[in-house]
Amino acid sequence: MTSTDIAAAAPVEASGSGLRLVLVDAVLGHPGAPVLDGLDLDVAPGELLTVVGPSGCGKSTLLRTLAGLLPLLGGRLTQDGGPVEGPAADRALVFQEDALLPWRSLRANVELPLAIRGLARAARRARADDWLARVGLTDHAARLPHQVSGGQRQRTQLARALAGRPRAVLMDEPFGALDARTRAGMQRLLVTALRGTGATVVFVTHDVDEALFLGDRVALLGTGRVLPVPRPRDRAAHADPATAALRREVLASLGDRPDP
Amino acid sequence: MSAARIARRTGAVLGALAVWQLLAQFRVDAWLRFSQFPTVTETAREFGRRLAGAAYWQDLGESLTRIATGFALAAVLGVAVGTAVARSPLAADLVGPPLEIVRPVPAIALVPVAILLFPGNEQGIVFITFAAAFFPVLVATRHAVRALTPVWEEAVRTMGGGRWRVLWSVVLPGALPGIFGGLSVGLGVAWICVISAEMISGEYGVGYRTWQDYTIVDYPGVFVGMATIGLLGWATSTAVEVLGRWVTRWLPRTAEHQARTRRLPRTAGRRAPARRLPRTAQVPGADTGGRGPRAALDTIGEPS
Repeated sequence: MTSTDIAAAAPVEASGSGLRLVLVDAVLGHPGAPVLDGLDLDVAPGELLTVVGPSGCGKSTLLRTLAGLLPLLGGRLTQDGGPVEGPAADRALVFQEDALLPWRSLRANVELPLAIRGLARAARRARADDWLARVGLTDHAARLPHQVSGGQRQRTQLARALAGRPRAVLMDEPFGALDARTRAGMQRLLVTALRGTGATVVFVTHDVDEALFLGDRVALLGTGRVLPVPRPRDRAAHADPATAALRREVLASLGDRPDP
Repeated sequence: MSAARIARRTGAVLGALAVWQLLAQFRVDAWLRFSQFPTVTETAREFGRRLAGAAYWQDLGESLTRIATGFALAAVLGVAVGTAVARSPLAADLVGPPLEIVRPVPAIALVPVAILLFPGNEQGIVFITFAAAFFPVLVATRHAVRALTPVWEEAVRTMGGGRWRVLWSVVLPGALPGIFGGLSVGLGVAWICVISAEMISGEYGVGYRTWQDYTIVDYPGVFVGMATIGLLGWATSTAVEVLGRWVTRWLPRTAEHQARTRRLPRTAGRRAPARRLPRTAQVPGADTGGRGPRAALDTIGEPS
């Protein structure tokens, strides 16, 4: 094993090179059907920004635009000050729906971004296995996506996105289809997996508690405001008055009644 | 496949042969006239004679070469053009309309075109075989490519994959199940057309020989020819089917299908032993010993 392999297998990849993503006065949507107009958003390098908003407010459109899959209808999108032109490997997208290739084993799915980047077979296998181990899927590496559970598929998607060492990870309600217990486990897993990667994360969700638990800041897409989330990141923090006030505010922005 | 099913399938073929033998041997004339039919035994005797001669094998080789060439061309070009038409509006506009107009023309009606186009009969027959198989492959590929889940392509593009990567890693593997449907249909019509073309304009070949036998009133020979065509068609379509199933072995199968194709252990009384649940799972809460019902739960999302 060479020294590079050891570095690849290390639990923490401190690159500290998260992308800064900036939208200025942006118009998002499909041509002829704008969904969001006049959006300003500044995602700091290495932060985890959660995005909440009512259904149909354009959360997925926002992520697809940041990924470069949808062109802007107006305004500007920059990464580290430069223009974004089309999708690229430094901005990974984790989909809400099952986006694993069904004819590839979990391992081969995780290897795919590495193959695209031109890694040699042995190196990409080692790195894929490392990431599968981190998400607890070593025993399922040879299975096909339809042979594992929905939670295991989402864990594979996470491993696939992070294995390519992206500088930004865009997550579109990745745990939306999972049951509550699995979802809580996935949130902890995500925090662990991201630790030390330095990647900027934009995480779209309709679950307010998920947004507050994961986010450094919460963007309320309906109102255009971005609010900081008090730390430490802890579920018990809901008892904290500042967090409770923030939670009420987020819920209000969704048009929901806050819990009594 | 289980021994019982093999026996049942063999029995079905033998039964059909027995009916043929009886109808021909007793010269049954009841509106349908079997009085001129060669019997199974006559046909089999003739089959044996021909198998011993060189002409039969030459005919077989000619026909197989023609269909292999025509079908291979149709498979490659059908997949290529079908993919292009499905993926590129330009290709769809330029190639689509002319092909849609040619498509309804039966391949065998292209014989005059083939005679005008090609210097020899041989190329003409291959052309007709190609034309027959090309359209089913094209149409199946086009539909399969258009029906691909868009998120697969988006995923590969956000990994930095370009057009060719999307093509090789998403479009072709994802469309294969549909493409193989087209290949199966294409092979069937390719056989129809290669035999017909040989009958019209061939020198050698199973179709040519069968028609020659008919013109000299050698009915057992005609039946040998038809049996040969049937067996060749069956063997080649089975090969495509087996290849297709192997290539698309990742497709989810129903539990019933898996039970049928996998040999399950059988005990006396033809029943697989029922799987026992662990005791702790049968009696929730009782004697958990650290591995209670929770241990039986899925541990998804519990990173260690």
